[in-house]
Amino acid sequence: MSTVTVLIDAFRLVAQPDVLLVVFLSSLYGLVVGALPGLTATMAIALLVPVTFYLSPIAAVAAIISASSMAIFSGDIPGALLRIPGTPASAAYTDEAYAMTRKGQAETALGICVWFSALGGIVGTLALFVLAPTLAEMALRFSTFEYFWLAFLGLMCATLVARSSPIKAIASMLIGLLVSCVGIENPAGTPRFTFGQTDLLGGIEAIAALVGVFAVSEVMRAMQMPDPPPLPKRKYGSILKGQLALTRQYPRQQIRGNIVGVIIGVLPGAGADMAAWVSYAISKRFSKTPEKFGTGHPEGLIESGAANNSSVASAWVPALLFGIPGDTITAIAIGVLYMKGLNPGPTLFTEKASSMYALYMIFIAANLLMIPLGIMMIRVASYVLRAPRWSIMPVILMLCAVGGFAIGNNLFSVVTVATFGLIGYVMEKNGYPVAAMVLGIVMGTMVEQSFVTSLIKSDGSIWPFFSRPVAAVLAAMTIAALLWPVAYWALGRMRGAAPTKG
Amino acid sequence: MKLSNTVSGLFLVALGAVATYGGSLQPPVPGQQVGPSVFPMVVGTGLMLCGALIAMGVGSAMEEEAEAEISTRDSDSAGDHTGNGIWSGMLALLPPALVFFYVLASERIGFIATAFVMILVAALAFGGKLKHALALAIISPFLVHLVFYKLLRVPLPPGLIPTPW
Repeated sequence: MSTVTVLIDAFRLVAQPDVLLVVFLSSLYGLVVGALPGLTATMAIALLVPVTFYLSPIAAVAAIISASSMAIFSGDIPGALLRIPGTPASAAYTDEAYAMTRKGQAETALGICVWFSALGGIVGTLALFVLAPTLAEMALRFSTFEYFWLAFLGLMCATLVARSSPIKAIASMLIGLLVSCVGIENPAGTPRFTFGQTDLLGGIEAIAALVGVFAVSEVMRAMQMPDPPPLPKRKYGSILKGQLALTRQYPRQQIRGNIVGVIIGVLPGAGADMAAWVSYAISKRFSKTPEKFGTGHPEGLIESGAANNSSVASAWVPALLFGIPGDTITAIAIGVLYMKGLNPGPTLFTEKASSMYALYMIFIAANLLMIPLGIMMIRVASYVLRAPRWSIMPVILMLCAVGGFAIGNNLFSVVTVATFGLIGYVMEKNGYPVAAMVLGIVMGTMVEQSFVTSLIKSDGSIWPFFSRPVAAVLAAMTIAALLWPVAYWALGRMRGAAPTKG
Repeated sequence: MKLSNTVSGLFLVALGAVATYGGSLQPPVPGQQVGPSVFPMVVGTGLMLCGALIAMGVGSAMEEEAEAEISTRDSDSAGDHTGNGIWSGMLALLPPALVFFYVLASERIGFIATAFVMILVAALAFGGKLKHALALAIISPFLVHLVFYKLLRVPLPPGLIPTPW
């Protein structure tokens, strides 16, 4: 099939009325959920899953893409207006945006958020468009040895980037892997860790676990938070005024933010929040006027706003290629992809090329749609943010239960939702990063399969794990990642004699 | 719910030990050296190792750095939300408890009645007024039922209260 026919096919897939309607509605949904403090973008996607079951494959993917892109932008709105980030991805620059609002530049701050988010999302999509098929060609030659190291490296990445002790992150990841051991989907097909329960034979449903971790735990945390202050009504001037001038004034920041966002998005387990933190720090480090940061200076806002949205798109690169989630949103998306027959893998780009082009088109469309819808959302934000938590949180909880039930049409999934809500909450409170556990749950079967198949192929010898060139490189990277916390600790010990800051 | 590193570390050691032991009980695959026991044993051993390191306090310095960074940012923006000790800790357990309630009750008393109780209790716990909470608990179950049962065809259990569709 030539590229032109593929493109026409893709366009036909996207131009379906149901897909267009889904893009529009899930954009609105993402905007509202993202803007409400305490409801994250990942939670928005987790609650959307039962709905995607009843959509066509492209519409299902479209729903996830548009809701997640919008929610990551929309989290900036309460950040700028109330100094409360709507999603964790906005936390890095909330102070900066709020300082601009205090200086009477709310329009400019929100304009930066919407404009550079949309541009960032488009750049991220272009990166996905260029990177994924290129890597797919390479990945076609991978054997189980490479897949094993790749999966292992992905797991290690998630532990390295966690904002916590690396040992706790590794422990979280191992808990996730242990969860994936449950069930009969193992090399011998015997019931493993099922304790005689038939419900456990099929394993622990990953999506139900994710709904628990990302939605129920969030409701639990909200229970202990005070209500956010009400937002005063205000009139806005032109939101986009001056954005072109800012684009011309800070091209370097924007491009650097996009690149950092793309890289962090591709790294497994690290998503939009990480991208924003890192690029805000980079922006300050390389700025000519670092003293202005935190006082309502657009530079860092532009860079990190561009970064978090570009990471949303590039997180799909490892997700589509290898089934390795680039962030927590794609961790859920992978489950939906499998359910819709779009099984991740390098062949996706040759066999289902038109679907992939459709996916890029939806990303571009969603990011273009972000500008008008985002401006509209900013204007009605004071009404949306007035919705009291006593009305939102109970309904979210209800949707967790019903959504869990809808995933498998059985009550055991609901038990999973509640249990993992509890586990996620306790882990988070004690500094165990849940994103690492989620990655373990999602990738467990893949890690085990590639590990055991490789061992069977090599007759129990570990030499072939290192003798193939690509495998050797991946192995070296993995081992470096694994040894890093040890080295860090040893270095700390050597310096330990020196006084440590209390 | 905040446990000391010693407690959580030792728990992980125990979990790892159970996983390793449980893994070792897995039947071998005839004619193959590796079977379903290898992976849980590797994971279990790793967990024991990590748990021991955590209990010994290795790596907690990095964690404190990250926490300090976050808490300086949060301190003046969000206020004190550790709240009033045990009571607020217990309150946090309410959401999963309500989901468990759904598991136990939905088949017996039906979706609408279960949802009514869940939403009413949760809304009151979040500080809603009784009047508002009642209104929410009466209206929203029907909307959720309409969307999930009628549009998405999820077989939600019927029960005490009939629905007009």
